[in-house]
This record gives sequence, structure tokens and C-alpha cells, in this order.
Amino acid sequence: MNGVHDMGGMDGFGKVEPEPNEPMFHADWESRVLAMVRAMGAAGAFNIDTSRYYRETLPPDVYLSSSYYKKWFLGLEEMLIEKGYLTREEVAAGHAMQPAKPLKHGKFDLANVERVMVRGKFARPAPAPAKFAIGDRVRAKNIHPATHTRLPRYVRGHVGVVELNHGCHVFPDTAAMERGENPQWLYTVVFEGRDLWGADGDPNSKVSIDAFEPYLDPA
Amino acid sequence: MRALETILTEKGYVEPAALDAIIEAYETKIGPHNGARVVAKAWTDPAFKQALLEDGSKAIGTLGHVSRVGDHLVVVENTPQRHNMVVCTLCSCYPWEMLGLPPVWYKAAPYRSRAVKDPRGVLADFGVTLPKKIEIRVWDSTAETRFLVLPMRPEGTEGWSEEQLAELVTRDSMIGTGFPKTPGAPS
Repeated sequence: MNGVHDMGGMDGFGKVEPEPNEPMFHADWESRVLAMVRAMGAAGAFNIDTSRYYRETLPPDVYLSSSYYKKWFLGLEEMLIEKGYLTREEVAAGHAMQPAKPLKHGKFDLANVERVMVRGKFARPAPAPAKFAIGDRVRAKNIHPATHTRLPRYVRGHVGVVELNHGCHVFPDTAAMERGENPQWLYTVVFEGRDLWGADGDPNSKVSIDAFEPYLDPA
Repeated sequence: MRALETILTEKGYVEPAALDAIIEAYETKIGPHNGARVVAKAWTDPAFKQALLEDGSKAIGTLGHVSRVGDHLVVVENTPQRHNMVVCTLCSCYPWEMLGLPPVWYKAAPYRSRAVKDPRGVLADFGVTLPKKIEIRVWDSTAETRFLVLPMRPEGTEGWSEEQLAELVTRDSMIGTGFPKTPGAPS
């Protein structure tokens, strides 16, 4: 979706302001939200792509004015409601009122903690040979799906070169919408800064994205 | 936010002690010290460095003292000709196991919007000036691959041990928004 989360190349957000000696969390609730998202994901309530999609679908003004973990919280709550794990009445009351919906991997308890501290595996067996080879010129498709995609707007329509092949991975565009893992070849595609930004680009810069095969045409 | 945790607990979805344990693990087990150990080893062990650049996850998996690393970690090397910088324009993808949780600026709009269009301007915000003749390469983390920058070893560190070298490796030098510390400079 063409949301405000797709920020690459936008102007007007000001300077980057690193915080000296930044704490890991700025309030206790931030750590609880992080842990709830990790736990409910590991328990099977949603996959990582779906959780990203729910943050992206926050209204633009809410997205831009909410802190990082506030976005996580709002996305989590809405996702759990829509997937049937909670009701709006329960959220309003602050207590459980309905029977629980069974979780695919069961209750998240202490025995599951170690599992969430290692990243999941996203590589999958290849359903078909790769269409592109290292060094091939490819054009990022000019597509504008209203649903989740990982093809940022700033590369669409531009030509780049395939630099790395990461194998076949879960395809976020379908996984986020719960339409299956649909594994696709994943490539690092590198673009010249000047090709992306024209004369306003840095002449000695390159930008790469990791692009799934359905995002690319031969060029 | 507490109300949500109450509901999840009452419905039997999560055990609060398990949430505590997740937070504790993030606070104690992951962090840039993991990445620093990897970088320092690469600076002193050419065979490890080569393996690291070929397959980051596999090479780091051979180091017992570093927390377990997931798949799809790609290590990119800074050279006198090329400087690498990592961003996630769409959200906040970041090599947690190597660097810990990302800082606020990494997840915020100014960095995410400008890193791909004006990378040298972003570096200037960090007080870093990169000569124009050095190519700057920005890696936008748009999939489940994760990128770690292998910075250049500082001059004047000949004969240093891995432990000494690791002290020079900053988090930002592994994101590409800074350089390692210089020997003898105040930290």
C-alpha cells in the first residue's frame, strides 16, 4: 500500500537526532508491548508480515504522530481484534469477557522464551528456477497494490542490477494477507543514486533493496 | 497498555513471567557487544573474515561466545573506496542479535526518509564527513535479510588483541553512520 510508512526519499522530516546514552526502553510499557508482540506472534496469532501490515494501515496522522512502540501497541490491538482473539468490548472493559480462541502454537509460557530470541527462518524450497542471474539488469515494476508490499515506491519503474541472490523466501505480499507463504526468489538489486533521484541525487551513491522476483521485469 | 496484557493473561494466551523473561533477555543477552566481537575477529582472522563475507550467519554460528544468530545475515565490508550504510525505509529491520534493539533515530522518519536520497547529508547529522570520492552504498532492508557493516580497522592498532579491538567498535560503525573509535581518543 502507498502509505506514509513508505518513507524513502520523502523530504521535510528534519535532521536525524541521535539521543546520547539512549536507554533500551523509554518507559516500562514499551518493553511490555515488545514482549506481547513477540509472544503472540510466536504463539501463532499472526506472522511478522501481517504485524507489519497492521502498523502500516494505521491512519497516516496516527502513524506519524505515534512513537514506535505506540504504533506496535495500536497495530497489535487491532490485529488481535480482527483475528478474533479479543473483542472491542474486552478492550473497553480491560478484562476478558469471552472464551479464548485457540492459538496455533498454544499458550506462550516460559518454555517458549528461548525460541523467540532467535530469528525465524524465511528460506523455503524453490518452486521454480530463478529467472534472473547475478549481473542481470532488471526494472522494478510500476505496481501500486493497495495491500502489503515490500517494494518501496522510490524504486518503482527504475532499472537496477542484480547483485546477490538470497534464495527463495516467504513472499510478504501474500503472507501478510494470510494468502500463503508463496515462496519467491529474493535478490539484492542495486540502483545508481542518479537513476533514482536524477540530478538531485548524489553522483557517487548507490542504493540497493532486496526485491522479490514478482517485483522485477527484465530490462 | 497494561489493560491489554491483563486481557491476554486472563484469556490464557500469555504467561506474564514469560513476558518478563523476554524483556530480560533483550536487556542482557543482545546488544552491540555481539557485533563488536564479530568485527574484531574479522579484523584479526583473515579466514574468518572471508567466511563472514561469504555467509554471515554461518560464520557467526561457529563462534560459541556470540549469541545465536538467525539466518540471512549479510556482512558488508567498508573499504577505502566504498562506505556502506544500512536503513529500513519501510519499518525498522535491523540485525537485533548483533546490535540489540534499534535506537529511536533508526526507526524514525528523518533517517528512514533521507538515508536513501541524501546519505551524505544524513552522515553529516552524525558529524561524519565522507570525501566525495568515496562511494556511498545504502542497503535498504526490505526483506528478512539483515545487514551488518564491517568497518575498516583503525590505524595504530597493530598487534592489538580481539578484546582490545572490540572496545573500539561502536554500534553506529556497524550501521554505517559512524566510524570505530580511534586508539587513544577519549571515548
